[in-house]
Amino acid sequence: MTDPATTDLAGKDRGRTTVWGSPEQARRFRARRRADQRLRLFGLGAVALSLALILILIGSLGYSGHTAFTQTHLVLDVTIDPAKVRADEPDTGNYRALIRGALWSLLPKVRNSADRNDLAKLASQGAPYILRDRVVADPSLIGQTIKIAVPVSDPYDQLHKGVIPRTGPEEERRLKDKQIAWFDDLVVQGQIESRLNWGLLFNSDSRFPELAGLAGAISGSFYALLVCFALSFPIGIASAVYLEEFAPRNRWTSLIEVNINNLAAVPSVVFGLLGLAVFIQFFGIPRSTPLVGGMTLALMTLPTIIIATRLALAAVPPSIREAALGLGASGHQVVLHHVLPLAMPGIMTGTIIGMARALGETAPLLLIGMNAFIISTSGGILEPATALPTQIFIWADSPERGFAARTAAGILVLIAFLVAMNLSAVVLRRKFERRW
Amino acid sequence: MTETASSASKITSTMTGKMTGRGVNVFYGDKQALIDVDLEILDREVTALIGPSGCGKSTFLRCLNRMNDSIEICRVVGDIRLDDEDIYAPELDPVLLRARVGMVFQKPNPFPKSIYDNVAYGPRIHGLANTRAEFDQIVETSLEKAGLWGEVKDRLSEPGTGLSGGQQQRLCIARAIAVDPEVILMDEPCSALDPIATARIEELIDELRENYTIVIVTHSMQQAARVSQRTAFFHLGELVEVGDTEQIFTTPREERTQGYITGRFG
Ligand SMILES: Nc1ncnc2c1ncn2[C@@H]1O[C@H](COP(=O)(O)OP(=O)(O)O)[C@@H](O)[C@H]1O
Ligand SMILES: [Mg+2]
Repeated sequence: MTDPATTDLAGKDRGRTTVWGSPEQARRFRARRRADQRLRLFGLGAVALSLALILILIGSLGYSGHTAFTQTHLVLDVTIDPAKVRADEPDTGNYRALIRGALWSLLPKVRNSADRNDLAKLASQGAPYILRDRVVADPSLIGQTIKIAVPVSDPYDQLHKGVIPRTGPEEERRLKDKQIAWFDDLVVQGQIESRLNWGLLFNSDSRFPELAGLAGAISGSFYALLVCFALSFPIGIASAVYLEEFAPRNRWTSLIEVNINNLAAVPSVVFGLLGLAVFIQFFGIPRSTPLVGGMTLALMTLPTIIIATRLALAAVPPSIREAALGLGASGHQVVLHHVLPLAMPGIMTGTIIGMARALGETAPLLLIGMNAFIISTSGGILEPATALPTQIFIWADSPERGFAARTAAGILVLIAFLVAMNLSAVVLRRKFERRW
Repeated sequence: MTETASSASKITSTMTGKMTGRGVNVFYGDKQALIDVDLEILDREVTALIGPSGCGKSTFLRCLNRMNDSIEICRVVGDIRLDDEDIYAPELDPVLLRARVGMVFQKPNPFPKSIYDNVAYGPRIHGLANTRAEFDQIVETSLEKAGLWGEVKDRLSEPGTGLSGGQQQRLCIARAIAVDPEVILMDEPCSALDPIATARIEELIDELRENYTIVIVTHSMQQAARVSQRTAFFHLGELVEVGDTEQIFTTPREERTQGYITGRFG
């Protein structure tokens, strides 16, 4: 049966008219190669373009944000005068006077009281609190002279970083010649230091840019994601397992499927409105809290997790299910003992990606009020808090120069978290790559 | 066709049937895959199901432990009994049925777990052992019976998926044996194996016959001739002929059987 077919083919071969190497053939060949090359170049160009855009994004953020990673500090020798700070009540002492006194003693030539008041503003308004915290933590300091570095206030910080001009019409400048002279004098005295700005990570928000940090937002985001995970992970897995492993294939389940897929595409601001109307107004869950934020984010993350889990479940080969069924495992044993553990890496990957998306989400959090001005780290899921993206949003809205750099730095911190999460998803996927 | 079926049942009616199918019809949606199949599986014998691809051998096999339940569009009509007990009776739990009627699949499918856990899984879910020592005992005897103990006794904690194809299939047999079934169903257990591994499995099947009733689907007629005592020939969803293997291969009663075993079709 195969024999006649072969002879037939050979017969056709003998009769064919194509001549390899003819000029027409060569032309066609060249055209085809050019088309291949064009396609490859297009692809390469697209990749290069997106890489370039990412580099530009990170580069511009780094350019505008890098100044926020250092903070100009004023080093003061402060004598903790027992007359101003009483040993039995260290937290109510007059630390403002101590800071002022120490600063004035560095520039004794400034005598007139208006100037002295003005000079006092060189140190951050938060300086007395930094000193207070030191003394409260260690009351034995009372009566001693200690060296303490406090942030300078924002205009001087910007001056030191070269962001605001030293010259030009004086009335248009934030800092006048006199103030610049004071600052330069302190620089010459060696009292001005540029330090790594740990406050950016470990301080909470503040009205004063030199004191503002992301700690409150990070803890708020952490609690909101915790709530989001605690809700969306089990519910998502349960729904996906039911839909993939147990649900009959009928019109109702396909309707549910279509809706879950649609839900994944709903703009996040809609979930914010839903959270506002249902969680806050109907159920009376306190506004601005990570609890309500996390619940709203969970609505958004659920479809992502359901879809990822279903894909991971579907990727488990049917032979494993058959093996377990054939041994007499019941439906739930097949799923819990075999299918779900094998699907777990895929589920985790999908979950991390969903959580990363939730971490970057801003609009729904604005609607449920997680953009409040909060000057402490979050005290749990029931205390009002901000989240990283909403903190960035607040800072972007603030007029002070220092906040411009901090906005960019905040975005970089957020991106660092997102990259870390996505990398862990990739690592997880690599590590548990299927081996059957 | 009716004639064949009745003559077949006349022959077997005097013997002890471990499992019997009477008037088995199976549908996948609107498509009928088995038509009025009557077949008796005899105790402690190897029954081979042969026939061209798509004739319903696997379908029949999967009726015997209700594996077809998990296929949504599959509908089974007829009477199938294990020791005179209707296995499709509503009060019967398919989970318990499958503990009595084990299965080995075409492609070796060990769990991606250790060799030990592969074998111990069945006993664990059916509560056949309580102490570690009891489990150890079951694992050892099952692997022993499957002829795998000597090769794996020093690496029981290694993944079952790391074994060779033939070893994996014997592991799957050990896994099925561990539940102590009465019947073992095998769906083309050697089709993914090389000739040496195949010979090993065939030997094993011959040994297992002492204690188990075995039904094996095979597309290799030599294999059917080598390992089975009885052979059933299926064609286009019908059971054409069943009888002693020797008789089927030497003096088939039906023209279609003759045609198939001499290689004229299929
Ligand atoms: N899950 C299924 N869904 C639909 N049709 C099926 C399914 N399994 C088997 N069939 C059909 O049933 C018939 C018998 O199949 P099967 O029992 O697998 O044949 P064999 O094992 O003899 O090759 C075939 O026509 C096949 O297409
Ligand atoms: Mg088959």
